[in-house]
Amino acid sequence: MSAAVAPPSALSHARHVVTENPVTGLAFVLVVLIVAVAILGPSIAPYDPYASNTAVALKPPSWAHPFGTDQLGRDILSRVLVATRLDLTIAVASVAAVFALGGLAGLAAGYFGGWVDRVVMRIADTIMAFPLFVLAMGIVAALGNSVVNVVIATAIINFPLYARIARSEANVRRDAPWVEAARLAGNGEIGILARQILPNVMPIMVVQMSLTMGYAILNAAGLSFIGLGVRPPTAEWGIMVAEGAAFIVSGEWWIAFFPGLALMATVFAFNLVGDGLRDVVDPRRRT
Amino acid sequence: MSAPLIAVEDLSVTFATRGGAVRALDRVSFSVAAGERVAIVGESGSGKSVTAGAVLRILDRNAAVSGRVAFAGRDLLGIPERDMAAVRGAEIAMVFQNPRAALNPIRPVGRQIADVLARHRRAGGDAWSRAVALLREVGIPDPERRARAYPFELSGGMCQRVVIAMALACRPRLLLADEPTTGLDVTTQANVMDLMTGLASENGMAAVLITHDLALAAQYCDRIVVMHAGHVVEDAPAAVLFAHPRHPYTARLVAATPAGAGRLDELASVPGELPDLRGALLPCRYRARCERGDEACDAALPVRVTGPAHRVACWRPL
Repeated sequence: MSAAVAPPSALSHARHVVTENPVTGLAFVLVVLIVAVAILGPSIAPYDPYASNTAVALKPPSWAHPFGTDQLGRDILSRVLVATRLDLTIAVASVAAVFALGGLAGLAAGYFGGWVDRVVMRIADTIMAFPLFVLAMGIVAALGNSVVNVVIATAIINFPLYARIARSEANVRRDAPWVEAARLAGNGEIGILARQILPNVMPIMVVQMSLTMGYAILNAAGLSFIGLGVRPPTAEWGIMVAEGAAFIVSGEWWIAFFPGLALMATVFAFNLVGDGLRDVVDPRRRT
Repeated sequence: MSAPLIAVEDLSVTFATRGGAVRALDRVSFSVAAGERVAIVGESGSGKSVTAGAVLRILDRNAAVSGRVAFAGRDLLGIPERDMAAVRGAEIAMVFQNPRAALNPIRPVGRQIADVLARHRRAGGDAWSRAVALLREVGIPDPERRARAYPFELSGGMCQRVVIAMALACRPRLLLADEPTTGLDVTTQANVMDLMTGLASENGMAAVLITHDLALAAQYCDRIVVMHAGHVVEDAPAAVLFAHPRHPYTARLVAATPAGAGRLDELASVPGELPDLRGALLPCRYRARCERGDEACDAALPVRVTGPAHRVACWRPL
């Protein structure tokens, strides 16, 4: 037997994807940067994001305040940096929650079929019958204005997406010969679902998580923008855009512009990484 | 003769389908002694795989199963599902038709073997090195490295060796092999069959080979059970069956086996087709294809014991 070529490791394949497509590479760098800012947040902010100083209120970008200051003289750069942690936390928490709930429900629906399938899919259909952002508004309004409720609302509106993907992926695999083989090796249904089906569905779900991250951030910021969810004076991108919006007409564009830019860059980065991940996990692209 | 390892008695399976009830198996009986190698032979649709599925209780929910499957003193059709799961893989293991499809595509093959060991708690904490040892046992070169390979990185023959390693992992007492060589080329076929039967006899396992290849069955098995349209038509030691087939169908099959024929057109074929298993059936399901049949054949099908360990279900045996 010839010395077989070692299969490319997952790491080298990932490196190949990142370097082959410069846009994915850029997005990946951006995501790493955003996560770093989220972790370091308060310690790299040049000013206290909540300290108002009316002496320097509404100053345009300058060397002292690169993103300018708002109506209370707070440094916008500091506020944008500090807000990263909160926005990212909301997004990660809601995506993790919807992955756990929607993913598992969909997996069970696709694998077991029957009444489990019907119950899960009808719940998904019910959620999808609403305009999703309006539903999120309703949930936060009903449960009360808090970060936790924003997370819950964002998770609920994404439930159908995850449930449906997991369901279809589990469904096409439940009659696969290797599932039968696992059953004949003495595995129970739950064991097959956890150890055989779930790992196969995982790559697709991970791609979906990255794509939904951007949407979750946008959704959280959107809720804050219209006054639901996180409240002022908390540093949060959506609130900052909402506060700054009033000043755009009078020429103080930077108050809304920089948090908006941060929001856009983050959503953009997560969506592109999602597309890149799709290339990594799709075997047909693995050449 | 001591009690058989597994005794299938009057096993009948009926599938409820939209087109009507399909009587896939009708009072199938055979037994396998410990360490014995038995082949179940028949054409496609004769009920070979359904028999295996019924024994292991993995048929779809629309299957109605009756009869008895006595395995090591228990009726497998009567025990709870939890106990049945403990039998599968540990006491009765299966080797599949399409080895690549029988392996989970995204898990290293060594892990999959280790899973079986872990499931039946057969390796203590060291399932991985047991898995590597099993891969070595089935003749896979460089097993440490191959254990980390994914199924798509291995050839069909190697995948089948992995599947055999999985089946042997818990040293089952009975190995069921459902067309284990269908997807493999001829040289690999012989290797895989030699390996499987060799390992089975080394470990004192009984083996049931399900195949449509009578020559393969004769070469590797002690006894052959011939099935036709859900009936066991003949059950005899391999040599006897080849030398003196008693059932007209078996005789046709033997004549259709390309051992002596030099040219393809010298080969005999079995005329006619399997009967439709829905609706009314004659007592003898071979009646319509049989050249020896007469009115006597319309009576209930007999099972005649015509010699030592030789049974035939026919009114007009050869």
